[in-house]
Amino acid sequence: MDAINWSSFYFFLFGGLACLFALAVVFTSNVVRMAFYLIMSLAATSGLFFLAGADFVGAMQIMIYVGGTLVLLIFGVMLTAQGPFIKMHTSGGDWILAAVVGGSMLAILIPAAFALGAFITPDEAEVAAEQRLADGNELPAAQPTATRIGLGVVGARVDKLEQESPVLVGGMSGYLLAFEIIAIHLLVVLVGAAYLARAKKRATPTQIEAVE
Amino acid sequence: MAEFINVYILDWVAAWFGGSVAVDALFGYIVAAVLKAAIILNIIAVGALFFIWLERKVSGRIQDRLGPTRVGGKFGWLQTLADGLKLITKEDLMPGDADRLLFRLAPYIAFCASFAAYLALPFAAGWAAIQLNVAVFFILAVLGLEVFGVILAGYASASKWSLFGAMREAAQVVSYEVPLGLCVVIPVTVAGTMDLTKIGELQAGWFTNWYVFHSPMMLITAGVFFTCCLASVNRAPFDLAEAESELVAGFHTEYSGLRWSFFFMAEYGSMFLVSGLAAVLFFGGWNGPIPITHILGIAGADGLVGFIAQLMGATNMLLKMSLGVTIMIWIRWTLPRLRIDQVMTTCWKYCTPIACVMFVSVLLWQAYQLPTLGRLAPLRIAGDVEEVLPPPPTTTWLRRPAATELATNGPGSFELADSDIHGAIAAARRLSHEVEGQ
Repeated sequence: MDAINWSSFYFFLFGGLACLFALAVVFTSNVVRMAFYLIMSLAATSGLFFLAGADFVGAMQIMIYVGGTLVLLIFGVMLTAQGPFIKMHTSGGDWILAAVVGGSMLAILIPAAFALGAFITPDEAEVAAEQRLADGNELPAAQPTATRIGLGVVGARVDKLEQESPVLVGGMSGYLLAFEIIAIHLLVVLVGAAYLARAKKRATPTQIEAVE
Repeated sequence: MAEFINVYILDWVAAWFGGSVAVDALFGYIVAAVLKAAIILNIIAVGALFFIWLERKVSGRIQDRLGPTRVGGKFGWLQTLADGLKLITKEDLMPGDADRLLFRLAPYIAFCASFAAYLALPFAAGWAAIQLNVAVFFILAVLGLEVFGVILAGYASASKWSLFGAMREAAQVVSYEVPLGLCVVIPVTVAGTMDLTKIGELQAGWFTNWYVFHSPMMLITAGVFFTCCLASVNRAPFDLAEAESELVAGFHTEYSGLRWSFFFMAEYGSMFLVSGLAAVLFFGGWNGPIPITHILGIAGADGLVGFIAQLMGATNMLLKMSLGVTIMIWIRWTLPRLRIDQVMTTCWKYCTPIACVMFVSVLLWQAYQLPTLGRLAPLRIAGDVEEVLPPPPTTTWLRRPAATELATNGPGSFELADSDIHGAIAAARRLSHEVEGQ
């Protein structure tokens, strides 16, 4: 039974599912089905994250991408449930444009994918780390965990504890500033959206006459 | 569990045939996975059977009727089983214009979302199918997917009633995720972890240690959380998606037979799940109001005694979850259905602002070390972390166990005293000293 590497098996299972559903997105003409396949593809990707032991990132993937696409699906249903948009037909020019964009993206991603080391399970990674210690080498400083990321966000860089204080004070003390800027930016965007979408007072005929 | 099965069961069986099974043999993992999935499936299915019967009885009593009385003897307790048989024999209908693939898939998606959320829910200390250190987050993320099945059902049915129901459900669930998430964050910040097992452990001891008694604001938070839970599992008074008086049956108008019953399994499964989440986050999880297992000294023991203690914990948990569902049933048969604008008003004008205010005030309560029922420490302004920890009394089960204590000898001890956290505190202190120095 040990002849089968089950991590690889599940990796190929989830990876294959993600690719399959991604292809289904491309080759479907129904908007709602497209969104459905997209959700399936993203969920399979989150399965890959869970397989790699990154529970937080996997849950994030479900929360943000799958949940976000869900909203897309809702709009798809709302705007196109009946009428001419339910079937989408792509013209020849769109196909060429999409092929150029997608192809160039693929050309970047494939070398990047093969530049990485082989996929290893968390257990194997632990064994490798022990081997590294036994050989007298030091472990790489940063071990990504949710705790470290969270503490970094609120201003304490656990991986930079040894560094001298001027560096820490000089804007390196964490991701708090970036986090705040993003938060304020989002707030501004939301306020703007609320302003644009607010119910405007409809001009009455008498007002229009007065203007004229 | 997989190691246990390999060592104690499979190896024992294999010994009859003169073989042996390694500790980390694959077969044990498969058996463990199947067992866990079967247990969770049974909790959902048997829970649904029981709660549908309970709902009929409770609604009957509330409306001054008897409810089911005949099937299975005295209390009509086999009524749901009879209903199930009826559902199996019903004709499986599908509208002619339906999107056939999505129509078939939708009930399973709703059910799978409800099922997957159970994977991370602990029923006793460490008794979760998967121990995730982000269990709360995982449950919230997966539970939000149930609406996916509902929307697909509404769309694929090719019926106006269904589509209206689905759109209402979508608007409602997407809105209520905001205050729901805010309410969940509050006990998570107080506990300092997203691991449900640790959150439950931190509430060990007398019922005064439960987070609902942490501060007055926490009590309000629990109320808001429960309201948002009602809305997110689509129960009355928030059951607009299936409003019988307006939309026939909403998103499942076109469904019949087993497919229809899958939606109901999902609904009752989610009700039970959010009750469990509320129990762990606010009501002490598997810790009873009186810490019997701690008084007897069997909590966290090895072998059969520890197993019995765990079973008692699981019983506590299941009782609390059932109580939560009973309250939901009670509310359903007491309050009238809200209009869609009232639902939105409740969410955005009441639940969300209240949750925000509670979040800040609980954090302040925590930051200034104000007294809680479980830890009646003298009022002190936080000067140093070591100073504000209360002196240890003689018996550990009388109060909320301190983090360091749990790490060394506490019941079901775990590693909270993470070097990361100490390092971060040290770094923060160094930073603040330097800022003061400049």
